[in-house]
Amino acid sequence: MPTEIDRSKLQSLVKEGAQLVEVLPADEYEEEHLPGAISLPLRRLETEAVSLLDRTRPVIVYCWDTA
Amino acid sequence: MSPRAAWRLESLGFGDVYDYVAGKVDWMAAGLPTEGTNAQHPRAGEVARKDVPTAQLDERLGDVRERVQAVGWDAAVVINSERVVLGLLRSKELEKDPNLRIEQAMRPGPSTFRPHLSIKEMAQNMTQHKLESSPITTLDGRLVGLLLQKDAVQKAGEKE
Repeated sequence: MPTEIDRSKLQSLVKEGAQLVEVLPADEYEEEHLPGAISLPLRRLETEAVSLLDRTRPVIVYCWDTA
Repeated sequence: MSPRAAWRLESLGFGDVYDYVAGKVDWMAAGLPTEGTNAQHPRAGEVARKDVPTAQLDERLGDVRERVQAVGWDAAVVINSERVVLGLLRSKELEKDPNLRIEQAMRPGPSTFRPHLSIKEMAQNMTQHKLESSPITTLDGRLVGLLLQKDAVQKAGEKE
């Protein structure tokens, strides 16, 4: 079950080597994203997650907000 | 969107998945750095005046007016003990009967805006709707500052 985290937990996980992933459409990523995040839009997860991400390291996903 | 992504990653074999549910809005509202083509554009939260006077519901209007004018303002934001915005006192409200309590005098439930909105967007919005000032709040309604239309228009113009 995915774990919900807040901002401070995100910062500590990233320091420890977690992969940070924005799942919004690519144009929104291009405009603005969190430092170090990679773009993996929700619709491309199926086909690209396994090749882009390391399954042995933690992954943090985010979008705009809780919506 | 991120909860669906998190669950899908787990089903694809990722064992350690986290969801930053408050997302990009929360990050930007905290004033933290970002990357991308819009990262350097000024935002409502940066331009909003953090020194805006505040008032509590049970204060007397006359007392608040004195305090507000003493620091050169003609507006104040009404907040509770958690800094959640409950109302706004613009010059029109501050001129009412000084014996009124703030909750009787204030403009209740003012429109509030999030800190991440671009200053250009805010300048257009405030001009169009004739808003002389607008409270900027976090997602949970806590006061960040008061954005003045004149500040928004000036800052937006600098970027043209």
